[in-house]
Amino acid sequence: MKLTVNGEAHEVAATTLAELLAVLDYEGDWLATAVNSDLVHKAKRAEFQLSDGDRIEILSPMQGG
Amino acid sequence: MFDLLGTTLPSRLLLGTAQYPSPAILADAVKASGTSVVTVSLRREMAGGRAGEQFWSLIRSLGVKILPNTASCHSVKEAVTTAKMAREVFGTGWIKLEVIGNHDTLQPDVFGLVEAARILCEDGFTVFPYTTDDLVVAERLLEAGCKVLMPWCAPIGSALGPVNIMALRSMRGHFPGVPLIVDAGLGRPSHAVTVMELGFDAVLLNTAVAKAADPVGMARAFGKAVDAGREAFCSGMIEPRDVAVPSTPTIGRPIFS
Repeated sequence: MKLTVNGEAHEVAATTLAELLAVLDYEGDWLATAVNSDLVHKAKRAEFQLSDGDRIEILSPMQGG
Repeated sequence: MFDLLGTTLPSRLLLGTAQYPSPAILADAVKASGTSVVTVSLRREMAGGRAGEQFWSLIRSLGVKILPNTASCHSVKEAVTTAKMAREVFGTGWIKLEVIGNHDTLQPDVFGLVEAARILCEDGFTVFPYTTDDLVVAERLLEAGCKVLMPWCAPIGSALGPVNIMALRSMRGHFPGVPLIVDAGLGRPSHAVTVMELGFDAVLLNTAVAKAADPVGMARAFGKAVDAGREAFCSGMIEPRDVAVPSTPTIGRPIFS
């Protein structure tokens, strides 16, 4: 499946958002995820089925003004 | 003490966390300023990265309240989604709502701002809208559910200080019961004193401290300036006059010739 993760193209076998995070070595309760511009709650990642062409954003705390 | 929407804060200074020379200097500046609210953001994390965790750990260690922002969002959708992601990560419904409308001035897209504010207020957020000093926009934001307003006094990072005193004074006069926080454009402590003397409830700044030669010293200076301006406002300042008035009593003045 072809996905865009944080702006970069990826081809992965993962089918759920939780699997994708594990495959790409993202872990930690400080991460927030969105698929196609909508928030996917932490608790929903394991059941969230990805589709070809999905755009995933994985964000974490950063300095801000 | 400062009661902000039911939260009692020891300081009327809100401080940004970006652009400091190091995490240690950021931490020292926060402590020196006396602030109890800092702004933070969300950005893309690298695969396997720990940058976000390290920063979040540092911020939590400071024991201050968190005000996440939606910085650099240019659309309602971006801002709303970022706000929801911030609520999940930071565990707060407070959000500094930015919907940027112009790349050069970083001024807010006030139309998108009002729309995003309405969506987020209905979703239970406490929205701190980064807005202009326009009274009509301010009215619309309040109608959308905002309980606090954060007008700029000059473009973000410009350090110009209050460029339209009349507009700020007018805003204060129009919304006597609404917490008003000047956000963006302050460059030096005297600017903070000026807006606090006008009766603004607090100031939010970042660049003026972070990019100072000594951020810790400047943080302390801004903390004092905010306190001084507030106390002056509460103490009733005299009005300027066109003529000199002797301060030393003239009664009993000796006459030598």
